[in-house]
Amino acid sequence: MDLDKTTSKYTPTFFSEHQTALYKSLEDKHTTVEVDTDDPLETQMILNMGPQHPATHGVLRIVMQLKGEKIVRSKLDIGYLHRGVEKIAENKTYQEFMPYTDRMDYLAPYSNNVAFCMAVEKIAQIEVPERAQYIRMIGSELARISSHLLWLGTMVMDAGAISFFIWTFRERERLYDIFDEIAGHRFTVSHSRIGGVANDFTEDALKSINEFVDTFPQELKDWNKLLNRNRIFIDRNKDVGVVDHEKAIELGLTGPTLRATGISYDIRKFEPYMMYNQIDFEVPSRLEGDNLARYFCRMEEMAESIKIVKQCLAKMEKGPIRVDDAKKAYPSKDEVYYSMEGLIHDFMMTDTGVCPPEGAESYHSVEGPKGELGYYIQSDGTGHPWRVKVNSPSFSNLQGLENILDGEMVADTVVIIGGVDPVMGESDK
Amino acid sequence: MSKKNAKEQLLEDIQAYLGADLIESKDGYAFPNILINKDRLHETCRWLKNEQHFIYLVDVFGTDRFTSEDRFEVIYNMVCLRTQERLFLKIRIEEENPVVPTVTDIWKSANWNEREVFDMFGIQFEGHPDMRRMYMPEDYQYYPLRKEFPLIGVPGSIELPSTTPDKA
Repeated sequence: MDLDKTTSKYTPTFFSEHQTALYKSLEDKHTTVEVDTDDPLETQMILNMGPQHPATHGVLRIVMQLKGEKIVRSKLDIGYLHRGVEKIAENKTYQEFMPYTDRMDYLAPYSNNVAFCMAVEKIAQIEVPERAQYIRMIGSELARISSHLLWLGTMVMDAGAISFFIWTFRERERLYDIFDEIAGHRFTVSHSRIGGVANDFTEDALKSINEFVDTFPQELKDWNKLLNRNRIFIDRNKDVGVVDHEKAIELGLTGPTLRATGISYDIRKFEPYMMYNQIDFEVPSRLEGDNLARYFCRMEEMAESIKIVKQCLAKMEKGPIRVDDAKKAYPSKDEVYYSMEGLIHDFMMTDTGVCPPEGAESYHSVEGPKGELGYYIQSDGTGHPWRVKVNSPSFSNLQGLENILDGEMVADTVVIIGGVDPVMGESDK
Repeated sequence: MSKKNAKEQLLEDIQAYLGADLIESKDGYAFPNILINKDRLHETCRWLKNEQHFIYLVDVFGTDRFTSEDRFEVIYNMVCLRTQERLFLKIRIEEENPVVPTVTDIWKSANWNEREVFDMFGIQFEGHPDMRRMYMPEDYQYYPLRKEFPLIGVPGSIELPSTTPDKA
């Protein structure tokens, strides 16, 4: 296909250098020579999908070169949601930056809060009380379920079943109510604090979590019954978007997308953090590496999360929820309101916050719903981080997606995006 | 082999392999963190992957140290799935004409990460197959994560869509 002709006919007017470079790079991707014929099934075209496309889960743009119905090669263009959070982080105190992490992977804000706070605690050497760790674990696992529920709803909807979306959203709504009860916010929770969490579970929160873990497995069972042997669903997902384990490692895939290829790389087992080494749970993995395998992995993960939450609730003992050291964490509100020192400490924490030693650097990763979510922090000894690097799983997975799409049918694009489950807020930073 | 031994063994092997080119080796905050001579980066990465089984490259990122010498740092975060070790490999490069050899031929997953480093710091990766910006449009001229870049951005540096599209 003569690309020069197309580009001259439709000369891009907006970000023209960017568009030209993108099309040029698509042309360079593989150095194969294509021959045009008159057969319509052999006709080549360039299809631009996104950034405004309902099925791309955000502002993801894919430029594909098609031959008939097959994708010959594809290029992803991301950055439409780039807000420069790493730059913002350098100009905030550690605690001030924490709410920004909510906006990264907005489908599982709790995991992001925890990942960032744990990285800061590691660099500033703060020990978190046991109860706070259990609270964080429960929050992270509920966030995982919430994220997977959105994935499940949209993926099944992408495959053609609309009503399913409403059922998963009914359960998500209950999770949002729980987060509202725990943190005071439904969506961007910001519940984690450096050195602990903002507040303990209330009676109502505990009651609704208990109710959720009791009733959710039945829902999961019903959904499994509906989908696991559903002919339409299986036909649509089996052998679609296949990656083998060698390629998956090479492409740097992470999370359920990697585990669906047979590599059980899960940070909760690989580098256990919080109390995960005291909890009994499995890491589901599959060997097929296709979209159906990703589906099974995530479904089993939700069941495992329920198991983890149940064990956490049983193991949780009464105790402090934030480290009792005014140089390391916010004092409790009681202290702030009724003592002079408390007020001073509260002011100091807001003004300067924790100051990790100069030249220290730390990396902490957690297993987010999408995969390995890591924060790398370099300190210069002040209350502001010198550099924060977010290792976002969606970014790694999208890089893989660019290669997974090659050779697939164009109709499967939407299903494969659904299976890889990227969140643009996180990959674009 | 227990986890601690594996780490010590790894650091010994690296010391033996690099000799004087190993500039600094830290073992703080649970992960080994090594700074090496940038001329041996490509060779060391290949050795780490082939001999030490660091087959999974998690991340590549840059930092701006804002010093007059060796201003930029490029950090490679890699994982060995066999011994469950994580290693941070660092190189430092000067401000004038920062060029680093690419590792995309060793780990394919370095592709986007190197593009991101280029986008944010302006560090060129020699031999990279597709050296475009990652987040910012190609029309953009600045490198936002450099320390001298202002937090509010550079007004007028990005073309905004026309508010009257028909007349554009």
